[in-house]
Amino acid sequence: MTTVEERQALPQPTRARVLDPAQRRALRQMKLRRAGTYALAIGIAIWILLPIWLIGTMAFSPSDQVYAYPKPVVPVPFSTETMQFFLEYEGIMAATQNSIVVALVTLALSTVIAVPAGYAISRYIFPGRDAFRLGVLAVRAFPIVILAVPLAVTFIQWGMYDEVYTVALMHTALTLPTTILVVSSVFASVPREFEEAARIFGCTPVQAFMRVVLPLVLPGIAAAAIFTFVMSWNEVFAATLLTIRNRTLPALILYTLNKSSIQFQYAGGFFMLVPSLVFIFFIRRYLFNMWGQITK
Amino acid sequence: MAEIRVENAVKTFGKVVAVDDVSLTVHDQEFVVLLGPSGCGKTTLLRAIAGLGMVDSGRVMIGDRDVTYLPPKDRNISMVFQSYAIFPHMKVYENIAFGLKMKRASKEEITQRVKAASELLHIEDFLDRYPSQLSGGQRQRVAVARAIAVRSQVLLMDEPLSNLDALLRLEMRAELKRLLAEINATTIYVTHDQIEALSMGDRIAVMKTGRILQFDSPTKVYDMPADQFVGGFIGTPPMNFLQGQVRRENGAVQVYIGDFGLKPIPEMEPLLRSYDGEVIVVGIRAENMEALSQPAEDALPVMVLVVEPLGSQNLLTIKIGDDVIKVSTHPDFTVAPDQNIWIRFPSEKIRWIDRRSGKTLIPNLEELMA
Repeated sequence: MTTVEERQALPQPTRARVLDPAQRRALRQMKLRRAGTYALAIGIAIWILLPIWLIGTMAFSPSDQVYAYPKPVVPVPFSTETMQFFLEYEGIMAATQNSIVVALVTLALSTVIAVPAGYAISRYIFPGRDAFRLGVLAVRAFPIVILAVPLAVTFIQWGMYDEVYTVALMHTALTLPTTILVVSSVFASVPREFEEAARIFGCTPVQAFMRVVLPLVLPGIAAAAIFTFVMSWNEVFAATLLTIRNRTLPALILYTLNKSSIQFQYAGGFFMLVPSLVFIFFIRRYLFNMWGQITK
Repeated sequence: MAEIRVENAVKTFGKVVAVDDVSLTVHDQEFVVLLGPSGCGKTTLLRAIAGLGMVDSGRVMIGDRDVTYLPPKDRNISMVFQSYAIFPHMKVYENIAFGLKMKRASKEEITQRVKAASELLHIEDFLDRYPSQLSGGQRQRVAVARAIAVRSQVLLMDEPLSNLDALLRLEMRAELKRLLAEINATTIYVTHDQIEALSMGDRIAVMKTGRILQFDSPTKVYDMPADQFVGGFIGTPPMNFLQGQVRRENGAVQVYIGDFGLKPIPEMEPLLRSYDGEVIVVGIRAENMEALSQPAEDALPVMVLVVEPLGSQNLLTIKIGDDVIKVSTHPDFTVAPDQNIWIRFPSEKIRWIDRRSGKTLIPNLEELMA
């Protein structure tokens, strides 16, 4: 494009700059529109990044800095005192352990269920396919509040209440729609011809899947699994409802929120935030794929 | 020996009949092209032969084996896909070796055959690369090399050249033809490109709406299309069709285009006699008509609408009655639009087509011999 413009501009370098008023107006409007778009994007970015930045700096500032104004851009002087206090607080380590167990069990269950489901949705047209897809999404359509109360009652009746694995079951149900969606889009990005070619050249359907499809989807499935982990790690409502003693980290933090100091809240927020940020950063490409931006 | 025989194959998708009672025999080592517009069932038929989609009823035989319900891997076939379908996570070498590895060929044999196949397709320098590092044309070569490396007796090709640009396609066409002649496999080649079909196939099966309309040599399909669809589908420009009126005068049959009488060859007369007083479709190819700039007794005066100089020929668009036809002339034949010229119809090049059935009238040779 630039070369074309340059070539056109070459013969009459001076005349190209003379714009009539209508053109000038159009040009100004175009620039204004573009500036508007950028302003909006920057606004949204600030809206999201500012709290993260605030939590990050406050978590690593000495406790008296929290009340200081204006806040420093970077935590100077740097201090791990607040973080240390948070991590040594009673129950935090146990809750962290609970959270990790819940997230791992959720990840495992959810992946084991979502991979065949996603494969089926992306590859086969079967009776009830649309109903199944709708059913999967419907779980998310209900507010968790509505689902959680009867579930809590049921779990109490079954004697499964206040167990880490119960929370994992609930989280599996909550994360499955997204996981299935991501996994099926990952499978959809592998052309069916790959499997067919493998079968032509001597594979059984299972061999074709193992030798050709699996190596190609593995990174995507890993991404979906990590995303599931993050969703479970962050989930607070169901975890709060379904546990009393065996709280997960978000449930514990929420529970102690109004009783704790503001420094404690910053430290807790930061501790919750980091795994999500790190994981999402690594799998962002696959999350974008979820909306169908798959290119060959 | 690997003759492919399809008997009464039927395949439906819901209410759509993709393959409608097709029978087809491809001789050992023959190169047959399945040609037709999109949706005519040619790919479905190929997939049924490959085992990637089973027929609803009918039978598929490869060699002397009934493979109708065998999975692809047990059919001893290989295939080139339209999208190439070479595996992106394997290097070119592993792609070509894939079929051999699955058949548990020995290491030495694999190395030797991959080498041979890659040399045949001039990709021996890329064996260490991943497909993403190759151009479209090179990927296509990998797909072909992978297919011929297994040396199966049957090679199926599904529009293998359609993703290449025009120049590369022209080059690969000739190369593939040479290659396929060399490897002696029975080949079925699916395409919608009639030039590809004409230039490559030993025989062409022209398909439409799930049926085979004609199954003949390229020359025959081009010169003596079995019906109006085949004539109109094959050839650039396609065959011209004119409305003619059959009239019997003094025992002889003439077909009138307006006031101009065409005299059929004697072999056609008995067939045309039954159309006395009816309208018949006159089919003739653009290059089979002779354009004259001077009036002649046996030539029809017409007006030129458009002149398209194509280098090797001048293509004239001409209106006769309500029909618009194309006539190709020598590039030296100079004519301007709205000018009058005269057209001569060589009677042995005219095809007579039943207006209702669309079928070409073919003289019954036995009757003529008697």
